[in-house]
Amino acid sequence: MTKHVKNLDGITRREMLVGSGVVGVGLAVGYSALPGLTGGAREALAAGSFNHQLFLTMDSAGIATVHITKHEIGQHVGTALAQAVAEELEIDWNDVRIDYPDSDEKWGLMITGGSWSVNWTFDRNSRIGASARIALSEAGASLLGVPVSQVSVSNSVVSAADGASLTYAEIISKAIIDRSFTEEELKAIQLKKFGEYSVVGQSIDALDIPTKINGTAKYGIDVFVPNMVYGRMVTNPTRFGAVPISADDSEAKAIDGYAGVAVIKEDPTGVNTGYVIAFGETYWAAEKAAAAMNVNWDSGPNANTSSADIVATGRKLISDDSAGFTWVLEGDPEGGMSSAKTTVEAEYQTSLGYHGLMEPINAVAMESGGVWHIYTGSQFQTRFVGMTAAALGVDAKNVIHHQTYSGTGFGRRLEPDGPVIAALASQQIGRPVKLIYTREQDLGFDFHQSHTVQKVKGGVNAGGQLDTISHDVCSGWATKRMAPGFMAESVDKKGKIDQFSTNGSDHWYNIPNHYVRSIENTTAMAATPPGQLRAVAPTWTWWAVESFIDEVAHKLGQDPLDLRLSLLDASGKNVGGPPNTVGGAHRLRNALIVAAGKAGYGVKPMPENTAQGIAAVASQERGSPAWTAVVAEVHVDPSSGEPTLNKLTIAMDIGTAVNPGGVEAQIQGSALFGTSRVLYEDVTMKNGAIEQQNFDTWTPMRINQAPEIDVSIIQNGHYPAGCGEPVTTCVGPAIGNAVFNASGARVRSWPITAEKIKAAQRGA
Amino acid sequence: MAVLNINNTSHVVDAPSDTKLLWVIREHLRLTGTKFGCGVGLCGACTVHLNGEAVRSCQIELGDAEGVSITTIEGLDPKGQHPVQQAWLELQVPQCGYCQSGQMMNAAAFLEGNSNPSDGEILDAMQGNICRCITYARIKTGVRRAAQIIQGA
Repeated sequence: MTKHVKNLDGITRREMLVGSGVVGVGLAVGYSALPGLTGGAREALAAGSFNHQLFLTMDSAGIATVHITKHEIGQHVGTALAQAVAEELEIDWNDVRIDYPDSDEKWGLMITGGSWSVNWTFDRNSRIGASARIALSEAGASLLGVPVSQVSVSNSVVSAADGASLTYAEIISKAIIDRSFTEEELKAIQLKKFGEYSVVGQSIDALDIPTKINGTAKYGIDVFVPNMVYGRMVTNPTRFGAVPISADDSEAKAIDGYAGVAVIKEDPTGVNTGYVIAFGETYWAAEKAAAAMNVNWDSGPNANTSSADIVATGRKLISDDSAGFTWVLEGDPEGGMSSAKTTVEAEYQTSLGYHGLMEPINAVAMESGGVWHIYTGSQFQTRFVGMTAAALGVDAKNVIHHQTYSGTGFGRRLEPDGPVIAALASQQIGRPVKLIYTREQDLGFDFHQSHTVQKVKGGVNAGGQLDTISHDVCSGWATKRMAPGFMAESVDKKGKIDQFSTNGSDHWYNIPNHYVRSIENTTAMAATPPGQLRAVAPTWTWWAVESFIDEVAHKLGQDPLDLRLSLLDASGKNVGGPPNTVGGAHRLRNALIVAAGKAGYGVKPMPENTAQGIAAVASQERGSPAWTAVVAEVHVDPSSGEPTLNKLTIAMDIGTAVNPGGVEAQIQGSALFGTSRVLYEDVTMKNGAIEQQNFDTWTPMRINQAPEIDVSIIQNGHYPAGCGEPVTTCVGPAIGNAVFNASGARVRSWPITAEKIKAAQRGA
Repeated sequence: MAVLNINNTSHVVDAPSDTKLLWVIREHLRLTGTKFGCGVGLCGACTVHLNGEAVRSCQIELGDAEGVSITTIEGLDPKGQHPVQQAWLELQVPQCGYCQSGQMMNAAAFLEGNSNPSDGEILDAMQGNICRCITYARIKTGVRRAAQIIQGA
């Protein structure tokens, strides 16, 4: 269902070229822009056609720079991608550098998300490193006067059998390298296998960390350009749809450093419908001016919308059989349901999700010589450039995005609102603008994860087997809003579906009659423009699936672990296959067994009102899963209902961990990210606006609330899967299932609070 | 005009006296290691030292910052080798890194007063600093490790 996603990287195999321009300049490795190139690498380089997707350059000192077109948002992505190159290049790791290029068409689609970065590039980067090594060893052999078959390469040195050797630096300084690899030749290169690695698989220190501990790392908010003015939004009265009628700046004029106001009544990109920006020569002047501005707003069509309306629409649409489109249809769900001996039905909800980036949205926009320069961190440079150009009414080739570090991303920096608003403001005032959201604006004008409503119904046949599941998923469709080209054809061919709002429901359990329907929540779309938030749909689909499986197990009097293990039989479509799902559902079964064993599931003595709950997910995509299981140990206070998460035991099979230390950090962080969401975070809408304001009313996990975490990374040499998101989707149902086991309260919506637990215990 | 002593250097700042110290440090003096997170003293990203004490610079007015010794992450150690920084590197604590200046400044001031803290004391001392990559597991071990380094272990 999601296999076409693999092509979104824009990489098609063409000729791989390795060449140096003139002696002493350096070495460049990349694909040619022109298929079927007849000349060599040097000619291509001279013609400029070699510059396409140039992923690796080496200088005459032997320093290799891997160009990272992924965004560094805390996952140390550049280090892991460079490790894949370095492994095959046989280079001294101390000679490896990374950089983050500006936007350019030559890079193809520039996007960071979906736990795709390593998964999409590992093979490609390995072959880039290998082809450079081959070219360097051939050139080295030639300089040494021996056949290439008689040299060995290690640690940046090419050595002949007689002991003579040359370093990469010496070879690049002395030789002209002109080597091209056809697609077939590239494919035929024997890459190292799991067990043979010396760089991959090592917990090498992240290349970005040194600057992050001494204050020198540069984030979007740290950019300064000459003659810039600070822009500060006057907060719109509703999340989406408000238009400023007029702004009275008579009070603002008294503020020292006040530099004017922009009243923007339309935005061709649809990021929002209007803005008022107060300008100041300093941030403080802009801040005060915004507070002093008297704006007359039209609050727009969503001024009466609340969270309850979004839920009501979701329920109404789910009860309408004609709504939505089919995403999964296997076996005979209707027949299975009508012949079922027992049925179980439940509704699950997840609340609006706020990304809560520590670095609020910001951007610097500057026009210079007809070219617009945008400075900020971006997970989606391709979109930032296009949307900024559309906002300004200029050609996209006249917009350049300059990448910075980001105070994390979680999908929020797929959205171009910072650049668009900064650029529109700059166009009005005729000066470069540095725009910074306040925390309140960052919270209120997030592209939140949609509030979701799901209904799951299961049928158990006369043999006591859960053989039928019908699953309705209703949410805002972020993909439809932000990137409709990514939408998929529905199974019933009746229309396009937001696969990224539905996936995860296509799970790996052997349930022969399986139906999933995906429905767009129109109220959510109108009032709370939905975005992608870490782990995306699997956040809510696995919450429903894994809570539901638990409910069925209890209904049937089975252990929830045993039921899962029996359904993960790797039969039929769940057998899996290369490259990403070798072993199929059995790998998820094994992860469950590891987590259960490490947690002492069913064995460890538990204090009163304390219990374990279990859940398992194959996330982020069915086509590229990390096989993940979590056991949560929760205590529920019998009088107050207060849940306390004592411990998370996590097992994740990611095939190959390129950087195990980095993988562990991602697992720890994503586990607590999901936990924070489920236990501590809530976002609600009232009168078209988000009710929470700052960290006093939106209260993410703090360090004294963090549980103990036990992480097991399962490596078996299969192709590396992404690890930054899957656990996020697994902790929620594990905690919910543990709460049930500890208290008898089944809570089916987020956040899981003492009030909801007490209400469930009362049967409310 | 105000005169600030930051990292043992005198800076003359032309800004209204009610300007918050955070913005003076970041935008006027461009010591950008100190970060803006919430503006209301709830997240700790803007933590600096005033006479050795960890404070939220978004809550301090310029007029109240004169005549005291201010330290930012850039001045925590002349070589960037404060025990907390050493521990943060060794244990690879930062992910995105944005909150980490504040985390380290808070930890450094805390350890100055208590170089052999219990885990409970560490959690209590650090709970005012939010991390959204949620690196709490490594922050906790990082503070513990920094205490060992301070004690010469």
